[in-house]
Amino acid sequence: MKQPFDPERREFFKVTSIAGAGFLLGFHLPWGRRLAAFAQSRPTTFAPNAWLRIDGDGTVAVTVAKSEMGQGTRTALPMILAEELDADWSNVKIEQALADKKYGDMQTGGSASVRTSWEVLRTAGATARAMLVSAAAIRWGVPEASCRTEKSSVIHIPTGRKLGYGELAGDAANLPVPAKVALKDPKDFKIVGKRIPRVDTPSKVDGSAQFGIDVRIPGMLYAAVAQCPVFGGSAKSFDEKQAAAVPGVKRVIRISSGIAVVADSTWTAFQGRDALQITWDEGPNAHLSSDDIRKMFVEASGKSGVVAVNEGDCESALAKASKRIDAVYELPFLAHATMEPMNCVADVKKDRCEIWAPTQDPQAFQKKACEMTGLHEENVVVHTTLLGGGFGRRTETDTLAQAVEVSKAMDAPVKLTWSREDDMTQDMYRPASYHLLSGGLDGSGRLVAFKHRIVTPSINESKWPGSTKNGLDDDAVEGAVHLPYSIPNFRVEYVMANTPVPVLWWRSVYASQNVFAVESFMDELAHAAGKDPLEFRKTLVTGMPRMRKAMDLAAAKAGWGTPLPTGHARGIALSPPSFFQTPVVQIAEVSVGTDRRIRLHRIVCGLDCGIVVNPDTVEAQIEGGFVYGVTAALKGKITVKDGRVAEKNFDDYPLLTMDEMPFVETVIVGSGEPPTGTGEPGLPAAAPAVANAVFAASGQRLRILPLKLS
Amino acid sequence: MPSFTFTLNGKGTTVDAHAGMPLLWVLRDTLGLTGTKFGCGKGLCGSCTVHIDGEAARSCITPIENVTGASVLTIEGLSLNRIHPVQRAWIQDEVPQCGYCQSGQIMTAVALLKKHPKPTDAEIDESMGNNLCRCGTYQRIRRAIHRASAEGGVR
Repeated sequence: MKQPFDPERREFFKVTSIAGAGFLLGFHLPWGRRLAAFAQSRPTTFAPNAWLRIDGDGTVAVTVAKSEMGQGTRTALPMILAEELDADWSNVKIEQALADKKYGDMQTGGSASVRTSWEVLRTAGATARAMLVSAAAIRWGVPEASCRTEKSSVIHIPTGRKLGYGELAGDAANLPVPAKVALKDPKDFKIVGKRIPRVDTPSKVDGSAQFGIDVRIPGMLYAAVAQCPVFGGSAKSFDEKQAAAVPGVKRVIRISSGIAVVADSTWTAFQGRDALQITWDEGPNAHLSSDDIRKMFVEASGKSGVVAVNEGDCESALAKASKRIDAVYELPFLAHATMEPMNCVADVKKDRCEIWAPTQDPQAFQKKACEMTGLHEENVVVHTTLLGGGFGRRTETDTLAQAVEVSKAMDAPVKLTWSREDDMTQDMYRPASYHLLSGGLDGSGRLVAFKHRIVTPSINESKWPGSTKNGLDDDAVEGAVHLPYSIPNFRVEYVMANTPVPVLWWRSVYASQNVFAVESFMDELAHAAGKDPLEFRKTLVTGMPRMRKAMDLAAAKAGWGTPLPTGHARGIALSPPSFFQTPVVQIAEVSVGTDRRIRLHRIVCGLDCGIVVNPDTVEAQIEGGFVYGVTAALKGKITVKDGRVAEKNFDDYPLLTMDEMPFVETVIVGSGEPPTGTGEPGLPAAAPAVANAVFAASGQRLRILPLKLS
Repeated sequence: MPSFTFTLNGKGTTVDAHAGMPLLWVLRDTLGLTGTKFGCGKGLCGSCTVHIDGEAARSCITPIENVTGASVLTIEGLSLNRIHPVQRAWIQDEVPQCGYCQSGQIMTAVALLKKHPKPTDAEIDESMGNNLCRCGTYQRIRRAIHRASAEGGVR
């Protein structure tokens, strides 16, 4: 039987027989220009997004090329493939990919793993399934249409004959790849949409889960690094005598980012590091403070920024409005504070370099290690371990660079570990920001003008100098543009205000600042209009039905408008779809006591993330996103003093604790749209929902984070 | 290097370690039991929680000298095949996200249930309030503790 075969598709699919016993299918992602470039040069280097292997024993091995940092990607991605393959989930084995460009972009971030893999993994599973059906049909001499699949088997419907995928693997491997395959109707999904237990959970309750910090290599040494506490500073000179005298310390090495101490354990490396006598050249930022940065922001806010959006004529609409209100919102720098401190294991040899790391970007690690060792990527092996939290921090290669430098110098495998203090003071921070907002209401209290000027450093400019055009960093206005509201006169400006403080993506990135400013201000406008904050927003949400539906569901669930105990109040905030494409509404119930403490009671989160792959994981991500956001709202602040970060550990950079945790309820709209992100969307509305509830409870409008009642 | 003798997960153990080395690093780097985690080094986050003579303790601030002759239980020794009711509840409620803090959460919860087999929410707050989780799994931890309690969390 001959299958339709499209030679163009050949470049995208490659079938290989493995010792005649298995069948391996590489999926190649048509990812825009990068792919086109590959296609023109060497088709074989096309990047497969995932690998499916079916062994003779029926095991279906799915390789996951994204990093598992708690978001459930090692479960969700294989579920998508297994669905279309009609695999027996109990026989699906997950393998973590080594860094390799054949997988396309392996960076994990942007709440993108499921949404960017959805079509690819479905097609991959369906293609493999079609070939297995062909193999069975040929073996039986029956039409394919008389066969169906179920739990890793092909069944001949009229006779009930059955062959397992393992038995068919060898035959299927010799068949041509169909050009087009039909995908399932979502109503027939058996795996996608189910609360499939996470594959990593058992290892996370018995201590066997291996994070980067847990890697142990024979002959491995341990290292810690002293880095200049002042941004942009460096070591002028150092005296290693006392460090070298610490029992267990083997060597002190100057590396490009500081002074490394190598020892027989992490603890002795820390002890040695603390005993170093270092004279720092603190450089030009030695006197920098948060106050200086704030002054700079205030000054910058006086300039008209680069226009990101300009609809209608904001200035004249504001001038003509019956009521105009203006407000300033401010947010601090924040640390990522992943529970697993930063670390990396490197084993650098003359002809080979092996890395084990909890990284969100194994390919960036590989590239950097290649540059540092002069080795070709074939000889630089990067293993992605489990990540003890990522939140954007683990896209950076700073610890890799340190581990490679030390391993090279020692000619031995080295585990480099940061202390919590290193982690807190040598982070790359969520940028601080300063927001000027103006709004105009007409005589009937309808919002007619909304102007927002955002002053904040550019992450893109700091990572890739010269990458922004005309002073506009599109990311910096995320969450402030594409609002769910129809406002006739709408203007957003951006003023780039870079500082010596290193900055980086932090869960939900700029939406974490902009949504707080926008949604708190919307609440101010609702109150100025004398309207209920939910009703005020509803009249404006006219062009985004998915958001509107999420609002209605969440409001019903939260009992918006129904009585609450004395001292309690509700607040609402919306988070626009943003880069993660998921509209979210959050309703917070808080109380404010006579002790001026803000207590959280109940949070209802409504969202439309399209087709849900695993409802339990979506709920967990929403709970987690809320906690990350509300921790910033109530507690998070990084302070710069004398050019360095003042906060050092969890005593001065506190996190939300069990006793402060409200009950979070997630309401999923469940539309049939393709899946969108869930890792970040739970975050941006958390702070404004809580701040708006605090206003409703106390009458105090808090415009500075972290929230502090007077 | 001095040597120290104690009971680890039910077995007599003698280990050579630098004086003053915290139990955490003896477990992780010397003995290779990496289930107990380093989070803060100052007893602030609870990721390093183990049991010493049946009580929850922060191994990152416990010098090895202090456990001489004592009985130490780590996550690896809690049960064979994850059959402890707290582990079962953790699986049932899908508590972990990144999972890094969970060894410490579980060890703290086991100690709590020993003291309070039917803990109130206030007792959970008090016992678990110093175990940090950056992923925000708190409400699932609470649910799992109640579940383990209902299913006989004391062992």
